[in-house]
Amino acid sequence: MKMLFFHLMPYKELPEDFRERNPSIWVDIHSRYFSADRAHLMYNEFIDELEYAAEVGFDGVCVNEHHSNGYGLMPSPNLIASTLARQTDKSAICIMGNSLALYNPPVRVAEEMAMIDCMSGGRVIAGFPVGTPMDTCYAYGQNPSMLRARYLEAHDLIMRAWKEPDTFSFDGRFNQLRYVNIWPRPVQQPHPPVWVPGGGSVETWQWCAELDYLYAYLSYYGYKAGEATMKGFWSHMDELGKDRNPYRAGFLQFVGVAETHKEAMDLYREPAEYFYDRCLHFDPRFANAPGYKTEATIRARVRSQIQSGPTAAQGTARDFDSILDAGYVIAGTPDEVAERLREVAINLNVGNLMLLLHFGNMSRELTTYNTRLFADAVMPQLKDLFDDEWENHWWPSTNSVNQQPAIQAAQ
Amino acid sequence: MSNPITRHVQINGHQCRIWEKGTGEKIGFLAGIGGLTSWTPFLDHLAEETQVIVPSLPGFPGGSNLHTDLDNHLDWLIATHDLLTKSGLKGCHLIGASVGGSLAADAVALWPELAKTLSLIAPLGLFDENEPVTDIYAQKPGQIRNLMCNSPDKYDIATSGVDEEDALENEVIQQRAHEAAARILWPLSNTGLLKRLHRIQNKTLLIWGEDDPVLPLNYARKFEESITGTVSRSVISGARHLAELDQPREVADAVLRFTLQNK
Repeated sequence: MKMLFFHLMPYKELPEDFRERNPSIWVDIHSRYFSADRAHLMYNEFIDELEYAAEVGFDGVCVNEHHSNGYGLMPSPNLIASTLARQTDKSAICIMGNSLALYNPPVRVAEEMAMIDCMSGGRVIAGFPVGTPMDTCYAYGQNPSMLRARYLEAHDLIMRAWKEPDTFSFDGRFNQLRYVNIWPRPVQQPHPPVWVPGGGSVETWQWCAELDYLYAYLSYYGYKAGEATMKGFWSHMDELGKDRNPYRAGFLQFVGVAETHKEAMDLYREPAEYFYDRCLHFDPRFANAPGYKTEATIRARVRSQIQSGPTAAQGTARDFDSILDAGYVIAGTPDEVAERLREVAINLNVGNLMLLLHFGNMSRELTTYNTRLFADAVMPQLKDLFDDEWENHWWPSTNSVNQQPAIQAAQ
Repeated sequence: MSNPITRHVQINGHQCRIWEKGTGEKIGFLAGIGGLTSWTPFLDHLAEETQVIVPSLPGFPGGSNLHTDLDNHLDWLIATHDLLTKSGLKGCHLIGASVGGSLAADAVALWPELAKTLSLIAPLGLFDENEPVTDIYAQKPGQIRNLMCNSPDKYDIATSGVDEEDALENEVIQQRAHEAAARILWPLSNTGLLKRLHRIQNKTLLIWGEDDPVLPLNYARKFEESITGTVSRSVISGARHLAELDQPREVADAVLRFTLQNK
């Protein structure tokens, strides 16, 4: 099984009464809460934490894209990914991802990911999210009625830009380019593995199956709430005649590890409550951009995470005991965490666990402790899961991942 | 209130529903946010003295999925032109409400012969930073009906209930109508109409709900200042954005007075 360290980069100093005094952490969060001086420290701390995760043996480090968001300080994940390309040498760099419809022209995504793939020696995982309505439609003004069509066309353009050796013209519905010819080209040929984070839309499942892309369910509501979506995903794969290779899927889970159970309860209470109380505070006004949810999804009554998030938020667990009960966070000793994650991986049939080992206002010291303990005492218990049964077709190829040390040695 | 006759026309290979009722001077109506799933008292009042023709815009109830083929404003205006023409409304009186008002004004600006007179009920299409149009797409669930009507149940009756047995299908139809409007108006409701308004030489009636929480009354002044033809204004008390649903008799009377004076 692959285990990736995922960082949201939340702003860590929102006031205690943030929820009471503000309608949302997203889209219209007020700038008075933001201190650039403090953010200077946070960014460097967060990057250190990602680098540390790579150092202690995580298979990959994950960055993602949010806009106008107090719990996600990465409007440009590629900036962080590029520094990780320099400061890490083995971990995959999972850019999870670039919201394709936001880039004009989308060739920019092909170029930047190819740059990072070259810089890292072929370690990029290319995440292609549609993006949430808050990020894409409200913060970036994209028309929700055209978002998916733009996304799909951007995807086609990027894949052609990576694969076609010759300069070509692209005559799309939304993009017309006379000359497409990216320099640089990705190390990984024909292209880096493509992961598609989604919220549970039927079309996304179908599309991933058709193109053989990895589907990642990035839920903040943990393994219990995610079960229905993942089971839906696998049923859909069955219907489409796809195998149940667990590496076809990824899943996000908050995790806190400590030497003793009591210590875990003591250590992770505050950061978990910070996240679920102050950070997971969406205004339902921004949840339903018309056209964002497809008619097929409405009909299938599959609610996307963003759609269900604010609704659920009214009943979202915000105190630590309820957070644990609901399964949003898995916390405990290494053995307890390993046992629970094993159950999650098997039950949800996911071969790629994206682990939020930093969450909320967690300090650098606690993040380091959590990361180290996970790598030392949890990871070894899970590493071999699925490996004897399934091949991972959705991972940077071994040859390219290991190029960086070779490159350095040659210098 | 009896039901209208229903027929269909083909626009770009898609069916669009046309409702008709009454006899006399032809008068067309392009509905506002949410479209129409049922014949309304406003239309019925008009049909007492005129032949009312109500084409459904692409994506709105009865208007098929054509909206997903319309990628830019020119596409929308051509579809509107073709819809009005095929409905038999070319050169007739034209009413447009809200998003329908925006398209009606724009289509007439491009093709002046399309309408004899123009009645615009709180037409969208303009944006003023100092007095922004309310963001109808960033509303809490269930809030839009309160923006549209003083009596929100009137909005519900007009825009839902195609099939009482199938709540899900009704939800799909309403979502599609909102998507179609968003496709035209996202994100600010500014379609660039302001720079084309001067081309409208038709006599124009502006109708505004006095309590419209979506479009401030000051926007009426911009229409008055920019339209070349004679413009009159009627403010309807006890009405919000879709004044024709809130106060059907008052709005119908204002429109009938205006159109019948300008036959």
